[in-house]
Amino acid sequence: MKTDDLAKLSCRSVWKLFGNDSDGFLRRTPNPSSEDIAAAGLIAAVKDVSLDIRDGEIFVIMGLSGSGKSTLVRCMSRLVEPTAGEILFNGQDLLQASDKEMIEIRRHRMGMVFQHFALLPHLSVLGNVAFPLEVQGLDKATREAQAREVIELVGLEGREAYYPRELSGGQQQRVGIARSLAVEPELWFLDEPFSALDPLIRREMQDEFLRIQSVLKKTIVFITHDFDEAIRLADRIAIMKDGKVDQTGTPEDLVMRPATDYVAEFTREVAKAKVLSARAIMGPPGKRAPKGGFGGDVGLRTKVSELAARVSADPRPLAVLDDDGERVGIVTRDAVISVLLEG
Amino acid sequence: MSSQDPAPEEISSNTLRWVWAAALAASLAFWLFAKPYAPWAFKYPRAWQLPLKREISDFMKWLVEDASFGLFSFTELTRGIAWLLDIPFTIATSILSSGFLKGQGSDAVQILPPLTWIAVIAIVVALGRYAGGWKLAALVGACFSYLAIFGQWESAMITLSSIIIAVPFGVFGGLVLGIAAHRWSLFETLIKPVLDLMQTVPVFAYLVPILFMFGFGPVSAMVATIVYAMPPMVRITMLALRQVPGEVIDLGKMTGCSPRQMTWKVMVPSARDGLMIGVNQVIMLSLNMVIIASMIGAGGLGYDVLASLRRLDIGAGVEAGVAIVVLAIALDRLSQAFANRRPEHYEALAGTSFFKRNPYTSTCLAIVLVTGFAGLAMGWVQTWPESWSITTGTFWSEVVSYINVNYFDQLEAVKTFVLLNLMIPFKRFLISLPWPVVAGLLGLAGYSLGGWRLAVLCAVLTTFMAVVGLWSKAMVTVYLCGISVIIACAIGIPIGIAAAGRDRLWRVVQVLIDTLQTLPSFVYLMPVVMLFRVGDFAAMIAVIAYAIAPAIRYTAHGLRQVDPQLVEAGIVAGCTRWQLLRKIQLKLAIPEIMLGINQTIMLALSMLVITALVGTRELGQEVYIALTKADTGRGIVAGLCVAFIAIIADRLITAGANRMKARLGLQN
Ligand SMILES: Nc1ncnc2c1ncn2[C@@H]1O[C@H](COP(=O)(O)OP(=O)(O)O)[C@@H](O)[C@H]1O
Ligand SMILES: [Mg+2]
Repeated sequence: MKTDDLAKLSCRSVWKLFGNDSDGFLRRTPNPSSEDIAAAGLIAAVKDVSLDIRDGEIFVIMGLSGSGKSTLVRCMSRLVEPTAGEILFNGQDLLQASDKEMIEIRRHRMGMVFQHFALLPHLSVLGNVAFPLEVQGLDKATREAQAREVIELVGLEGREAYYPRELSGGQQQRVGIARSLAVEPELWFLDEPFSALDPLIRREMQDEFLRIQSVLKKTIVFITHDFDEAIRLADRIAIMKDGKVDQTGTPEDLVMRPATDYVAEFTREVAKAKVLSARAIMGPPGKRAPKGGFGGDVGLRTKVSELAARVSADPRPLAVLDDDGERVGIVTRDAVISVLLEG
Repeated sequence: MSSQDPAPEEISSNTLRWVWAAALAASLAFWLFAKPYAPWAFKYPRAWQLPLKREISDFMKWLVEDASFGLFSFTELTRGIAWLLDIPFTIATSILSSGFLKGQGSDAVQILPPLTWIAVIAIVVALGRYAGGWKLAALVGACFSYLAIFGQWESAMITLSSIIIAVPFGVFGGLVLGIAAHRWSLFETLIKPVLDLMQTVPVFAYLVPILFMFGFGPVSAMVATIVYAMPPMVRITMLALRQVPGEVIDLGKMTGCSPRQMTWKVMVPSARDGLMIGVNQVIMLSLNMVIIASMIGAGGLGYDVLASLRRLDIGAGVEAGVAIVVLAIALDRLSQAFANRRPEHYEALAGTSFFKRNPYTSTCLAIVLVTGFAGLAMGWVQTWPESWSITTGTFWSEVVSYINVNYFDQLEAVKTFVLLNLMIPFKRFLISLPWPVVAGLLGLAGYSLGGWRLAVLCAVLTTFMAVVGLWSKAMVTVYLCGISVIIACAIGIPIGIAAAGRDRLWRVVQVLIDTLQTLPSFVYLMPVVMLFRVGDFAAMIAVIAYAIAPAIRYTAHGLRQVDPQLVEAGIVAGCTRWQLLRKIQLKLAIPEIMLGINQTIMLALSMLVITALVGTRELGQEVYIALTKADTGRGIVAGLCVAFIAIIADRLITAGANRMKARLGLQN
């Protein structure tokens, strides 16, 4: 298999079986079927998963509960030891790293956000956010100054002295996010970070998350069981079912070209306008602006549903700009309408 | 007969039934007719006895006189431990009771007085206010004022000092052992049976070796208290650490914690709520030990109770006993309030003065200093004057003599009736049983309920009691314990049933049994001895009173947790109230009720040993004699016998309850 050059983190045929002597079993039966595994009395949580996560992207792993998402992300951070396979982080195989190296990597280069927040009840917001720095042995003044910066980033300034139980669920997860960012990690894992929150708050947190990412541009592995959340946030999505990855691709790929019936099932109900972005329907940029001028600028990732609101207010075409502000395409009113009509 | 083969399960249960019938018949025949042919089965021959007592005594002697670990000898180790405990204890007693002294013995001069009673009360009130608000402050204030007003201050402060020092050692020791067991599973498998044994061996039994190693005095008493109070802390620590959510552990790993950081910065703080329950347990158990510890030199309130019990000075004993309870209530509520305190943020107070930031500390400090100086001039500020003290001693003595004068005949009649018709026949019957028969039947019970391992355990432990020559004393223990448990259940289970369905009654009952369980066991002896004098009957009543709480609690709890849908199904099917109770609720609650009976047996055994003080002739007496003679071997062997009785009962009942649970399809 070819390694993606841009990959920050790659999984190569990763397996995780739970049960007695799962190592020996996998050595004797290198490519077991589900029946083999069940007959050996083992539970397969992750089966032969290969993925490449690129620098700076939001990579979403989506699947129903029990499909192995958490186990996979825990394999990536080596919180559980994969039964077989390789985990390459910047080309280095994490499974070969010693405990000491692993501690160093986790301390400085990885951050994780948990579904139920995992805040330490005896520490204040400031103490929780500074905790990873405290573990590293930084002195109090330095770590608190650093923590205050991230607290501000997640919009919790003024709450530094509060204790976790004095905060709402959304605020608690902001603390969790701030804590995972305090060490300025290269790789940021979020395991269903918003699943425990009310739908309204969830929405707000997703926006907040996108805002933070637009500032920090981390490499992100984001886990969710909510397909709407996946398409709202993802650059690319991997769909998991029973421990296997069914398909990996951009939201557009999954919607337009589902690889399996299972993926098709998921994407059928999805309104295309919510998935397709300016990038998918734009025409060539042209040398010059059109006659009547542009109705405005939009980003590459702006969804058609948002474009619809723009073109209904102003029928002129929209200019599509890339991340550097360069015009890379034009979206016309007709292109938008035709997507909406398709449903 | 059906033509089909019975299921294997049925074969074994059928065969088992036949085996039981045969075994019972054979036992009966043996019991009735074998005496002339096999006298050794009825009275274990002295010549066959294992000289275990002597060997243990010799071993202890060797330990104290000759044993050495290379760098230091065993005696140096015990001296070191004694020193470690003695320093903080001396400081605590100096602060609370004696003042700081210069010089030795009678020509010691006080260079600094102890805290005045006003200062101590102010401090506990401040602690109460800080941890639980004004209500708690008032309660602990009232408790400590009681100690002053009723003339118990002096002793209470000595007791308080030893508790204040013993508790941190017990908590910390338990915490460290619990953490070690959590970290290394090998250590866990090693320590578990030790914990089981520690919780079943009667306290007296390890007073003896402690007395032997540390001598008579407050340090010995503290060692005994710590040893007694620590095992539950170990257990609770293991449990609390196991309950830390997996995500929090992952967090620790993801932030790159070292094992030490993981333990002290992540696991222990996250397990705080559970651990605080352990702290409360240690405090309560230490208070439970107050009287027993005074047998090896604790002094304080415990000594007062013990001394008055020996003089049969009812009034003084009750007063000191109540003072222990009052102290226990204050410390229990205080520690619970601290356990339930949740951290809260404060508005920034930086820049304000020390006094503004620490209102409690500064107020207390002020009171300590002001009353301290005032105390130098005015004696009543320093110590509550004896002439102001109220005593209820005479009142209690009068109550008792009133009852004895007016109801002596009735009480005596009841006592004689129960003794003649119930207790003595039962005792005779048990003592007459040949030991091989008992061992065999218990082994069979073990096999039926839990398989071979349990069978061997029961048979071997039973035989041990005969082999060390304590068979008849063990049987007396079984008889007293058995009869008390039967009566406690006969009273407790109906109360539990009645309370289960009635919320208001249940709340009242709960308060009652909670109170019963906070009273130190010795307190039960007083009224009983006053009313019934010494002997088996008095012991039985005390044991029943002490052990009844779990029978009530588990019955009510078991009934209350029966799935309401099942009850509704019964109602729909047209059951009467009585049918509902018998056919559905009780049936499903039986495993829980069995656990209650199990707990009742455990409490009964621990109380029974103490009743040796009121003249019962069972294993407790054996331990007590060993204690007075500092005969280590004798005490340990008798203590082990009590522990083995407890272990046999516990394992059989637990196995039975689990089987029943499995049969009813309730979990596992
Ligand atoms: N420690 C474990 N031991 C045994 N089975 C496990 C363990 N952890 C997870 N599993 C099993 O692996 C499967 C995948 O679990 P998980 O990764 O938590 O799924 P998800 O996060 O997608 O809900 C489930 O069937 C789960 O029961
Ligand atoms: Mg999960």
